Amino acid sequence: MEVRVKTAEPIVADPTLSQCASNALSIRLAKRLAGASRDFVLDVDFAIPAGITILFGPSGAGKTTLLDCVAGLTPPDTGKIMIGDKVFFDSKTGTNLPVQDRRVGHVFQDLALFPHLTAEKNVAYGLAGLDGTERQRRTGAILESFRISHLRRQKPGEISGGERQRVALARAVVIDPCLLLLDEPLAALDGATKSKIIDDLRAWNHAHRIPILYVTHSREEVFALGERVLLLESGRIVAQGTPHEVMAAARQETVAQLAGFENIWDAIVIAAHENRGTMTCQIANSNVELETPLVRVEIGSSLRVGIRAGDILLATVRPQGLSARNVIPGRVLSLLQRDVIVTARVDCGVEMQVHLTLAARDSLELQPGREVWLIVKTHSCHLMAGN
Amino acid sequence: MDWQAFWLTIRLAVLVSAILMLIGLPVAYGIAFSRWRWKFLAEAVVAMPLVLPPTVLGFYVLLALGSRSPLGRWWQALTGHTLAFTFAGLVVGSIIYSLPFAVQPFATAFGLVDSRLIAASATLGASRLQTFFRVILPLSVPGVVSGVTLSFAHTMGEFGVVLMVGGNIPGVTRTVSIDIYDQVQAFNYRAANQTALVLLVISFVALCLVYSLNRKVWALWRWK
Repeated sequence: MEVRVKTAEPIVADPTLSQCASNALSIRLAKRLAGASRDFVLDVDFAIPAGITILFGPSGAGKTTLLDCVAGLTPPDTGKIMIGDKVFFDSKTGTNLPVQDRRVGHVFQDLALFPHLTAEKNVAYGLAGLDGTERQRRTGAILESFRISHLRRQKPGEISGGERQRVALARAVVIDPCLLLLDEPLAALDGATKSKIIDDLRAWNHAHRIPILYVTHSREEVFALGERVLLLESGRIVAQGTPHEVMAAARQETVAQLAGFENIWDAIVIAAHENRGTMTCQIANSNVELETPLVRVEIGSSLRVGIRAGDILLATVRPQGLSARNVIPGRVLSLLQRDVIVTARVDCGVEMQVHLTLAARDSLELQPGREVWLIVKTHSCHLMAGN
Repeated sequence: MDWQAFWLTIRLAVLVSAILMLIGLPVAYGIAFSRWRWKFLAEAVVAMPLVLPPTVLGFYVLLALGSRSPLGRWWQALTGHTLAFTFAGLVVGSIIYSLPFAVQPFATAFGLVDSRLIAASATLGASRLQTFFRVILPLSVPGVVSGVTLSFAHTMGEFGVVLMVGGNIPGVTRTVSIDIYDQVQAFNYRAANQTALVLLVISFVALCLVYSLNRKVWALWRWK
């Protein structure tokens, strides 16, 4: 017998399952991790309320391990994990609630849909304890609200990436979880598909009000979601706040290096130009001044400036009528060819690395000792918190 | 061709591969998922029949089944006769002899199931046993079919263990491979050839099934 759900009725929490809406998740844990290049310690202490919180950080920062600890897939070394007053893990009392009893919705990075089951059976998987009619009703309703009813008979291998993400989300939320963990769930999708899925997720969360921890390493997603952000780096929460605060003001050096900055210096803020939205920074122990984007810091405070070698232009005569604000004289120290890229080391008070093409090197007739001008756009100067 | 020996062998192989499936699945599960540090010992014991001469294996099975061993005495007290030189004894010997042919394909298939699927099943509230039957086993069907097929084919053709444990009693322990040996001893090459050819074809078909399943040349089960 089959029960078809005709309308998208609101998903009612199952009365047989305990209510856990509006409860904050608090996490305090330490766990030693064997990293690819070095060992580091995941050591965090934070709480998140109901709603979406973004956990942002570079690959290898410990994001997935953190989620695994919360879900109960791997135990922390020490610490305490609670949702509301329900204790998941407490090293002091030796509590470690089994994964099966935590009721945590988890969307894995690779989705982990069961390849041998249809979309409908994937979604119904976590409802094995309910009777057949109730299971069908709940499954039908959630398929409807994530707009995938038409895919119920298809297997994961037969549907598109966006549809698979929806099935994975539906499967995670149909069990009426206390907490939802999303591990880069939308990384592979285009912007339009992504924002539609996020809208559906927001609509679902509006009715349920549970904490959602959303992991990503994409800056675009952080700004698109626009929620609370936690910045995780080498196992520690190094910043939290709005996307703008976390991403613009407090970017850590390792994040910058991961993003490929060949030139990083300590610098001191010597003037702010509020009206232009810029400020002037002097590179420490030199008289090189750079015009950089304005951030909320005191005059005289120290920070780090990063510039990608590929973002610097080289000229052999002093350029005129440029939009770029930084034009710095210097002298070529050396030229090193690697494949089709030439790295020039230029002394301009500090040493800067500049990337050029072979053709550029030849047409400018560059060689060591040559006087040149370096040109850097204001927005190519990336600011990070100082030491 | 000695049809009595043929049907006896088929009966033996079907029984042994069925029992091996029941024993092999939990053993393979242990080998694939246990984090026990001495697990390699269990793996080595299971794999022993692969390298041990059948006569050595048969010799110890014979001793274990005989009336001087606790197992043999227990069986004798239970049934009134010894296990040695009976069909039941042959089944026991064959199970041990073919164990790695079932367990290794099972364990390999279990090990290939994406660990994130197992984690996903757990987060959705399924116990280990439910996860096994709902996720691991369905995704390991080709490996399970391979294991059962291999143990069937291997039991069909075994010689040394059968001779040691079962002897050569027509209708009780006389299998086709022993029949072939007898025919050759009696210079009856024509009859030997007929029987040998049947065994050859069965083995070939079994191996074709195993390799085609594992390379997914033709899909019996549709998924990606």
